[in-house]
Amino acid sequence: MTEAAGEPKKEEAHDFRRLHSYPLIRHSDMNEEMRTEAMELCVTACEKFATNNETAARMVKESMDKKFGSSWHAVVGEGFGFEITHEVKNLLYMFFGGEKAIIVWKCS
Amino acid sequence: MPVAAKPALKKPADTMSSQGIASKKASKGGKGKTPRGKDMDDMSEMGEVGDEWMQQKTMVKPDDQLELTEQELKEEFTRILTANNPHAPQNIVRFSFKEKVFKQVASVDQLAIHFSLDGNMLHKDSDEARRQMARGGLAEAPSEPTVAEGEEKAGEAAAEGGEGEAKPEGEGGEAEKEEGATQTAPAAKGGDTKKLTNQFNFSERASQTFNNPYRERGTQTEPPPRVNFSSTANQWEIYDAYVEDIQRQEKSKEKKGFRGQQESTSRKKISAIESQGDDISRIEKPAKILERMVNQNTYDDIAQDFKYWEDVSDEYREQEGTLLPLWKFSYEKSKRLAVTSLCWDPKYKDLLAVGHGSYDFLKQTRGLICLYSLKNPSFPEFIYNTETGVMCLDIHPAYPHLVAVGFYDGSVGVFNLTEKLQEPMYKCTAKGGKHTDPVWQVKWQKDDLDNNMNFFSIGGDGRVVSWTLVKNELLCTDVILLKLDESPADGGEGTQLFTLGCGTAFDFHKQTDYLFLVGTEEGKIHKCSKAYSSQFLDTFNAHNMAVQSVRWNTFHPKIFISCSADWTVKIWEHTSNMPLFTFDLGSSVGDVAWAPYSSTVFAAVTSDGKVHVFDLNVNKYEALCEQVVVTKKKTKLTHIEFNPNYPMIIVGDDRGYVTSLKLSPNLRKMPKEKKGVEAAKGPEVEIAKMDKLLSLVREPPPEKK
Repeated sequence: MTEAAGEPKKEEAHDFRRLHSYPLIRHSDMNEEMRTEAMELCVTACEKFATNNETAARMVKESMDKKFGSSWHAVVGEGFGFEITHEVKNLLYMFFGGEKAIIVWKCS
Repeated sequence: MPVAAKPALKKPADTMSSQGIASKKASKGGKGKTPRGKDMDDMSEMGEVGDEWMQQKTMVKPDDQLELTEQELKEEFTRILTANNPHAPQNIVRFSFKEKVFKQVASVDQLAIHFSLDGNMLHKDSDEARRQMARGGLAEAPSEPTVAEGEEKAGEAAAEGGEGEAKPEGEGGEAEKEEGATQTAPAAKGGDTKKLTNQFNFSERASQTFNNPYRERGTQTEPPPRVNFSSTANQWEIYDAYVEDIQRQEKSKEKKGFRGQQESTSRKKISAIESQGDDISRIEKPAKILERMVNQNTYDDIAQDFKYWEDVSDEYREQEGTLLPLWKFSYEKSKRLAVTSLCWDPKYKDLLAVGHGSYDFLKQTRGLICLYSLKNPSFPEFIYNTETGVMCLDIHPAYPHLVAVGFYDGSVGVFNLTEKLQEPMYKCTAKGGKHTDPVWQVKWQKDDLDNNMNFFSIGGDGRVVSWTLVKNELLCTDVILLKLDESPADGGEGTQLFTLGCGTAFDFHKQTDYLFLVGTEEGKIHKCSKAYSSQFLDTFNAHNMAVQSVRWNTFHPKIFISCSADWTVKIWEHTSNMPLFTFDLGSSVGDVAWAPYSSTVFAAVTSDGKVHVFDLNVNKYEALCEQVVVTKKKTKLTHIEFNPNYPMIIVGDDRGYVTSLKLSPNLRKMPKEKKGVEAAKGPEVEIAKMDKLLSLVREPPPEKK
């Protein structure tokens, strides 16, 4: 019984990385278009620079700066806590790839 | 004399004039030479001239000519011309103080000045000239007199070419100077091209307008709002979030079968997402409370009146009462629509439902259902827009969130107030047996045997239909057809066509459930039973025009009241064909209602804007109160309802306003208590009261059924 229970659990454990790889928005107060655009940008950046978080974050920050105005901040990582001040309606906090967490906010 | 002679010579004709001229010449010459001996010369010259000019000439002598001999005539006189001034004296003697003796001046001045004129030209190099040129800005030019003079002279002497030379020379010469070299050259040039101004009366004026003073202004915009956000991002958080999301998705997939639930989850999702960021929805509840507070403060006096005010003058007026206007409910979009129905909510005592539509056959527009709370008279709590006019509505007594509505186009619907839909939760279709004419009244019934809710509706097509709410649909059943009394026409092939009357009002008996009354447009009232679908139990020829409303008495089981467009209100006992009381109100009566607290009090509204309140216990013939409650004339009152809990009535008019009025004490009289006996309240007392009344009115029934 426990073995049988153990088996599917293991499979689940391996599967989840695959299952959970879609981008999931944890918290956002952006308006609809900005949110989708930012989300797609983050996904592109993370896929492009899968190994290097810094460059991924740089790409995100620079693109956001160009599109939506100055002073965006981006953090890409797998384990961090944060406390930030952001301009209202300019925050996106999402997960991607089952492991990565990306937070993007604007504060000049 | 010789002068006089010459003009005398001129007088004769042309021939003589030439001689005259000749003689003039001669005389002038003679004058210049000698003053004397003119005549002799004249004569000789005249003779010669005469010979030259005219040949046929006879010598003419003036009468006073000097007679001289030839010798004397040939005499020559010598004259010497000198440059002496003939007017100057020949000798001038002056006293010499040195020698103290008169002495002759050596030489006499012979200069004679004929004409003298003082000129105003200055030499260029004189002091005055230099001063003037300095003032004119050519300071440098004369500062180098040697060089400039030469150049200027050269310039003056030469023509334009010379000037051209002078300028570069001047430039070259002055370029040697340290300062102002370049300035002077253009200055010289400028001098050449300087404006020639009249030195004496040239006046140059210049002015400077007032420049507005400058002011500095600065402002600082508010920075965009900021908010803090904090969280943790690590592997287990991520895992948990994904798991939760997957679960949510699976749940939503399961529930796809139920349309309403799926919508609710999607709505929940939307609301969940929105509530994270949307500020307004978070403060919806506090905003509502605030709105109510503001309203209460604004209409504070009305609220106080509603609770406490009693008309003191009622004590002095036995048979009169008054209506105190309280709140007025209106909604901006309802202002063109007439109030077609009113209903108090049985559970929430401050909630009232108002249906808006149009009674006008030609002008049919949309409809509106508004639910107001007494706590907030300025804006409805719930608003539903409908495409066709709402003609009637009823709130379910047990489920106060369900509102049955009848429309002008003959359809019926049920709105669920808990849902945020604008559409009715249930709506009947054309196939589903909706009325073909406006639905005039709907009423909820008790749940049927299957525990399904159902309600009745009566429409202008003459059908009384029962609708049952089954799952998502409305099932209809014809309860009764309002056949007219005429004999049915032959429709060919043995079928019988019935002409149907038009039903306008109905009411169900409070105790016996199956019994109900139907009022028609023809003015008849039918007593019907749910059990019999083809025949009426009884018919009353009640009115001459359409019956607007018919209602059973709140307490007494046998009495009902009806009102009609024929200006009358009649009270009946359902066992008798004749009305017990008839009141003529002077104008088409829109609605009538029994008071919930007394069996003898009722109120009626008319199309002249008046509310009539009667208490049969006090006055059997006249109204206790007849009051105009509308602000604008020509407003018809369409409906009236008593509040089951408070002593107030609401009145709807055809402008879309609902006015609430408080009844004065005289209008809500309870039977007087006797000392020592407990005040008996309740239906029995009311019934007894009514019976007493009736016994006065009614003829002793001679074994009537």
